Amino acid sequence: MSGILSPSLPSDLSQTQMLNNLWELQIRNNFISDNDIDELSQRYQISKVEVEGVVSFYHFFHRKPTGKFTIYLNNSIVSEMKGFQRVKEAFERETKTSFGSVDRSGNFGLFLTPCIGLSDQEPAALINFYPFTNLNSIKVKEIIHALLKGSEPAQLCDSPFSNIYTPADNKTVFFKEFPEGKALKNAETLGQSGVIDCLKKSELTGRGGANFPTHIKWNLAKSQKATPKYVICNADEGEPGTFKDRVLISSNSKALIEGMLICGYTIGATKGIIYLRGEYRWLEPKLNEAIDDFRRNCLLGKDCGNISGFDFDISIQIGAGSYVCGEETALLESLEGKRGEPRTKWFFPVERGFMQHPTVINNVETFCAVAHIIEMGAEEYCKLGIPGSPGTKLISVSGDCKLPGIYEIEWGMTVAELLELCEAQDPFYIQISGPSGECISMKEKFRRISMLDLLGNKDIRCGGSFMIFNSQRDLGKVLLNFSTFFKNESCGICTPCRAGNFIIQRKLEKLINGLANKNDLDELKNWGTIIKKSSRCGLGKTATNSLIFAMDKFRDYFNNKLDKDFNGLNFKFDMEAALEDYEKFNAP
Amino acid sequence: MENKINFTIDGNPIQANEGDNLVTVAKENGIFIPSLCYFEHIQPPLGTCRVCTCKINGKYQPACTERVSEGLVVEANTDELKDLRRALVEMMFAEGNHICPACEKSGNCDLQHMGYELGIASVRFPHLFKDRIIDYKPSRMVLEHNRCIKCLRCVVDVKTKEGKKVFTYQDRGNKTYVGIDYEQEATLTEDEAMRAMNLCPTGAIIVRGKNLSMPFGQRKYDENSVQKNFNEKKRKPKTSLNMEKKIVATCSLAGCFGCHMSMLDIDTDLLDIIELISFDKSPITDIKKFSHRCHIGIVEGGCCNDENVETLRAFRENCDILVALGECAIWGGVPSMRNSIPLGECLEEAYLNSTTNEPGSTIIPYHEDLPKILNRIYACNEIVKIDYFIPGCPPDGNHIWKAIKNLLWNEEYNILYSEFKYD
Ligand SMILES: Cc1cc2nc3c(=O)[nH]c(=O)nc-3n(C[C@H](O)[C@H](O)[C@H](O)COP(=O)(O)O)c2cc1C
Ligand code: SF4
Ligand code: SF4
Ligand code: SF4
Ligand code: FES
Repeated sequence: MSGILSPSLPSDLSQTQMLNNLWELQIRNNFISDNDIDELSQRYQISKVEVEGVVSFYHFFHRKPTGKFTIYLNNSIVSEMKGFQRVKEAFERETKTSFGSVDRSGNFGLFLTPCIGLSDQEPAALINFYPFTNLNSIKVKEIIHALLKGSEPAQLCDSPFSNIYTPADNKTVFFKEFPEGKALKNAETLGQSGVIDCLKKSELTGRGGANFPTHIKWNLAKSQKATPKYVICNADEGEPGTFKDRVLISSNSKALIEGMLICGYTIGATKGIIYLRGEYRWLEPKLNEAIDDFRRNCLLGKDCGNISGFDFDISIQIGAGSYVCGEETALLESLEGKRGEPRTKWFFPVERGFMQHPTVINNVETFCAVAHIIEMGAEEYCKLGIPGSPGTKLISVSGDCKLPGIYEIEWGMTVAELLELCEAQDPFYIQISGPSGECISMKEKFRRISMLDLLGNKDIRCGGSFMIFNSQRDLGKVLLNFSTFFKNESCGICTPCRAGNFIIQRKLEKLINGLANKNDLDELKNWGTIIKKSSRCGLGKTATNSLIFAMDKFRDYFNNKLDKDFNGLNFKFDMEAALEDYEKFNAP
Repeated sequence: MENKINFTIDGNPIQANEGDNLVTVAKENGIFIPSLCYFEHIQPPLGTCRVCTCKINGKYQPACTERVSEGLVVEANTDELKDLRRALVEMMFAEGNHICPACEKSGNCDLQHMGYELGIASVRFPHLFKDRIIDYKPSRMVLEHNRCIKCLRCVVDVKTKEGKKVFTYQDRGNKTYVGIDYEQEATLTEDEAMRAMNLCPTGAIIVRGKNLSMPFGQRKYDENSVQKNFNEKKRKPKTSLNMEKKIVATCSLAGCFGCHMSMLDIDTDLLDIIELISFDKSPITDIKKFSHRCHIGIVEGGCCNDENVETLRAFRENCDILVALGECAIWGGVPSMRNSIPLGECLEEAYLNSTTNEPGSTIIPYHEDLPKILNRIYACNEIVKIDYFIPGCPPDGNHIWKAIKNLLWNEEYNILYSEFKYD
């Protein structure tokens, strides 16, 4: 095989602590200094520029001080709809500084950040990484005053509470009493192959968005000879409008841990890692508590759950502000303490994942579902939902509705039914599965939400985000918000996504400003398709999805935006703006 | 023992060793799959440029990260894929600031070469003109960030003796750039530095004092092409009789008149053309105002001041077909080197601080009768609708007239590869 399968690959574990080191410095000093860079480069025996490369990749690491109180205000589309602009102004007024900078006293640093997983309580912000929800001008004023008087963000912060709606007749899978250890016992009884069969029967597919059958992934990992193996929980939940994983971690962490345990048992892994997004730092103590609890009950550590020879432990790694790190191979890079650049498909993580060892990566909801399925049995589970798509699914509902929150629905519910449940107000445009997903119009409200027909247009799949927009919302602005998000979150490693999303964003601005003609629309669509086909990872492959769908489904909107008196002569080139620099320069 | 397998590329049956790289196998079988970041000895392949994208078993995948296996069905050169590749290379041109006539690598540049190979005539995307620096700080190299296409080669492959990286990406998204470690760079030997320059597919890494070691005409890609008809003799197109006489206007905006010179550069054919064409407003006739509606308007140069904009609009109003001639008209060209620099700095540099000025004796001209300078150079199609683009810096004279004759009289034409290469 001419050496192709055994290239020289890094085998050094040490750099995995890089992100933790950087977090420590960032929290302690509010920035990472030249000295720190020097020290880290010495510690890991890498060049300084490599350390700087890691620092500059992550949104939450800074090379300049970010103030005693570092404030990240969410600028996602739901926040925008719920009063972002006023809250932003209030922060600027009260702290006497503008976003992107630190005030003169060094007290407050203001920054914008994409969705922080609190879409049902927008506008929301993080102050020193503690959550503050349902903000308005008055609340901002009070917070800033209290901070100036010496209160700590940890005391002042909200404890985000989400409404949870479960299916009638107590059919809930995720939110019922979960007896610690029972599922693991069941797993032991089933045996490793039995667990995989059970997951196969329950037709469980990944809940992180890609819908990959869980039993296939686990079986592949199980059959790998190399050890050690790893179980990784993807708690990066970066898709704007999604907050189901946050709710699960808050209220269902036992099932999450047990799901990982069952995976470890099934594939023969010894170590589990939860990759928790930086935005959810405030959930870390709670999660640690649950892990400690498991350790105390001998469910983690040596001979977990009295299964002799089954040693398994779990640790938490905190991310540092990067949407693409939710992509599984980028997540692996990030876990290894590097820039979160997705890998090529040269190896699959089950073959060579974390530190080049066999690795299973699943979403929080997937692990929870596993634990519940093994606990209740596949038969019980399959009674829920519809044939071919059994069970329930968690959906984060936000936007223009009276009752935002988490909805546990049986697969097969229609969009119309869900809209009714959450008391949607004048729904017009619905974004399903977040910006990278699909948008639908009210003409399609009778489509079912299910895992069937993934590529067709009968049913619709949902990764977990469900954002509702009423008819007063400007569709163009929604799409521009998405496009800007992808432009900023692209890792920059491949051409179509790095350059293409920038180009698309500019074109959308032109369209929104009424300067586009028919030709521009065709180009938007063509270019969007090219980016989709050629991008390296899921981010680029899906970034232009909504735009392309919207152009078909909301054709009137786009046609109305066109420059009507376009005659080829005037591209609405703005002479005055173009001459402004010259006039200013020559002004007396 | 190597395990032989069979698969197809564009329907052609191919036999190869299992696990071999698709790009390499294709090449060995005479099938060209363009690639930019792929570098045979880097394993696993980088997969960053995406130019090699093919349809593999029905899915869009880069060829360079594909190991061939039994029964693989590869579509490599469909029209759709060719267009997609062109778009990707165009993105690289739109994203960077590539002024080939001023570039040390011209003629040795993989990116430029790829542009030619793929027949890129003009870039469909607006140039982004991002302000980037040229880093002169490294002791041995100059890093020209405007030209880097982020192929990752230097990041992965240039290391010091201690195994430390010299280059690493910084920042992310469209702000990504290649950072260089000054300390590590200083430890590279001359040979290692040269290797880095040669490994870079563009002119982004330049080793001081080494840049122009090869005269034009002898550079890597000067006479080297996968196109079969590269050195074919030019054929004279048949000129049909009874061609109706047409009216043409031309102008030079922010250009150097090179394109106009090139138009005159067709020797005796010029006499034929004079028979068939009458010039209206044009520097060739020195007619200043339009006196007739014209069949075709040929514009050289982009717009650098308000007068250019007025002229261009007059051309659009008075011509049926409007053609942008040469790079400056198409996207800004050499004058657009100023686009990433604030206007004030440009003016000060040109009028006050230039080395030939005596300090204090010059002013920046400003008078109501003088054209006013725009904040940047605008391509013609940013101001008015342009119907056709004739690329080149300057375009070859024959190329120009072939294109014009085709537009005016539908005359058949083909442009040879060698007529299309300009460096
Ligand atoms: C850009 C991008 C972001 C992603 N973000 C997440 C995420 O935040 N959480 C998640 O579970 N999966 C995310 N995924 C999907 C993961 O790559 C992967 O498919 C998933 O973690 C596998 O787990 P599952 O099979 O349980 O869904 C993302 C994918 C892409 C391409
Ligand atoms: S598609 Fe975007 S995020 Fe994914 S690898 Fe390419 S640049 Fe990075
Ligand atoms: S790097 Fe290549 S394409 Fe870019 S300016 Fe230089 S020669 Fe031209
Ligand atoms: S500097 Fe050259 S080798 Fe390095 S990434 Fe840029 S183009 Fe590639
Ligand atoms: S050559 Fe294949 S991605 Fe660059």
